[in-house]
Amino acid sequence: MTVVAGATVRIRDLTKQFGGASGVLALDGLDLDVPAGSVFGLLGPNGAGKTTTIRLLVGLARPTRGTVEIDEGRIDPARPDRRHGIGVLDQEPRYYGWMRGRELVEMVARLHGRSPREARLRAGEVLERVGLGDAAERRISGYSGGMRQRLGIAQALVDRPRLLVLDEPVSSLDPEGRRDVLTLIGELHGEATVIFSTHVLSDIERICDRVGILDRGRLVTEAPLPELLARYALPLYRLEPEPGQDAALARLATALGGVPWADRVEVDGIAMTVGVTDETSASRDLLRAVVAADLRLASFERVRPGLEDVFLRLVGRGGTGSGA
Amino acid sequence: MTGFGILLRKELLESWRTYRLLVVLGLFLFTGLSSPVLARFTPEIIQLAAGEQFAGIEIPPPVAADAVDQMLGNLTQFGALAAILLAMGLVASEKDRGTAAFLLAKPVTRSSFLAAKLVAIGSVLAVCTAMAVVVGWVYTALLFETLPVTGWAWLAVLTWMSLFAYAAITFLGSTLTGSAAAAAGLGFVALIVLSIAAAIPGVGQFLPPGLLGPADALASGTTTAGELGADLLIPVVSTIVLVAACIGLAARSFGRQEL
Repeated sequence: MTVVAGATVRIRDLTKQFGGASGVLALDGLDLDVPAGSVFGLLGPNGAGKTTTIRLLVGLARPTRGTVEIDEGRIDPARPDRRHGIGVLDQEPRYYGWMRGRELVEMVARLHGRSPREARLRAGEVLERVGLGDAAERRISGYSGGMRQRLGIAQALVDRPRLLVLDEPVSSLDPEGRRDVLTLIGELHGEATVIFSTHVLSDIERICDRVGILDRGRLVTEAPLPELLARYALPLYRLEPEPGQDAALARLATALGGVPWADRVEVDGIAMTVGVTDETSASRDLLRAVVAADLRLASFERVRPGLEDVFLRLVGRGGTGSGA
Repeated sequence: MTGFGILLRKELLESWRTYRLLVVLGLFLFTGLSSPVLARFTPEIIQLAAGEQFAGIEIPPPVAADAVDQMLGNLTQFGALAAILLAMGLVASEKDRGTAAFLLAKPVTRSSFLAAKLVAIGSVLAVCTAMAVVVGWVYTALLFETLPVTGWAWLAVLTWMSLFAYAAITFLGSTLTGSAAAAAGLGFVALIVLSIAAAIPGVGQFLPPGLLGPADALASGTTTAGELGADLLIPVVSTIVLVAACIGLAARSFGRQEL
């Protein structure tokens, strides 16, 4: 029997309104279940409600309505004991500049109830793990943005959390740091439940096994990533014409606008992207339409749709497709 | 009070690392050292500065009680300013920087967060006041006469209470408004209003400045705590009530705030 570590998160009717009844509805009746041990990507455009969800999840704010339960314990700002085993990393981690990196991580371990000796050992381990072993004795005021982000991940991991809540955890890292941290988060799969908010779709595709898409405070959809792609990612074709054929390209776009199998047609200057709903018809008729429009093509490819297309489709902002 | 000890250690370490403790200690030590010296040499300084203008006017020779007056006046003025400056950003700055949210996302109660700050600022003020009083007592003994140690211990305790009251009022402002500048404004207004109100007969003894009369008398050795009785008890109890009210309001407000 496989034992899955990590916490189960259950969110029901979670609503947050700022500024009273006529204020901003940041979160509107969110229902969400995050299974134990999963790496859950919370995706949404800026202002979708991701950070509000996270603040409610860790008890920094009170919901206007609804509940958050972690392993059946209801989260409440007045019950800090319920935060044991929860590691949190804020979107813009800011710490005490006068502290040394090791001291901060040790303090967090002590706040989670570790003995001074345990705290020291664990701080050393996690700082090594995030690549800050050599900088552990330096003052945080001398850390770069990337180092602060790594320090944030170290302090979030120091209590071996069963739930790790990360708000944009790689936003200020360089490509190498981004890769390392995403690998680190990916390694936690099965060890801890990870809720990972971002608007960078490639990060979600890389490490998350489940995805929830938020838009304007509402959950648009939530499913395992492959299921989401299968359900919403419709095939795309990308056509790149030879230069100087604007009239022919316009003719093709007009023609495709009237066929039932084309979901959307976008021209971005040098190429055309065609989203299709019926792949059989499209594979048969699309090239015929190109010939009929007298358009000479430099390239023609079927594009593998990705999360970006799903995301843009679901939040109603169009899409361009990702590379094959 | 989950996490109180760890947070208190952090607050005290912060006071040390950011040089707050050293700066305030330096100010208080200077006050303790300079007050008896100023009291002792003020007549000479005035005569030297004024020259012939004071010819014929006899300035009475300074006594140890003048040193106590000078010390109490300087400590309460500079000390109150230091207390306000120390307390103004305690909560507001942490909220502004996001470090309050960082800490309170851990298993830490909000009451621990506030209590650690209050105990830390109280400790800093206590250490600095004690050091100033020790230095002041030594210099008073050297320049004038030896005054009763018990009376000077009372001076230290009562002065500390008065300073802590201004810190508590500013702390309340820092928690309520979330702005260090607004908190400082409230502290300074309280300092001015309470100082003026203390001059009103029958009112002064119920306010923190009411602690200073008994402190002066006890340190000068003209009376004892037992002889003062209600004159000592009333300002002590009133100040404790004021401080408790400020802390209670701050805790109530902070408990409801979102970070």
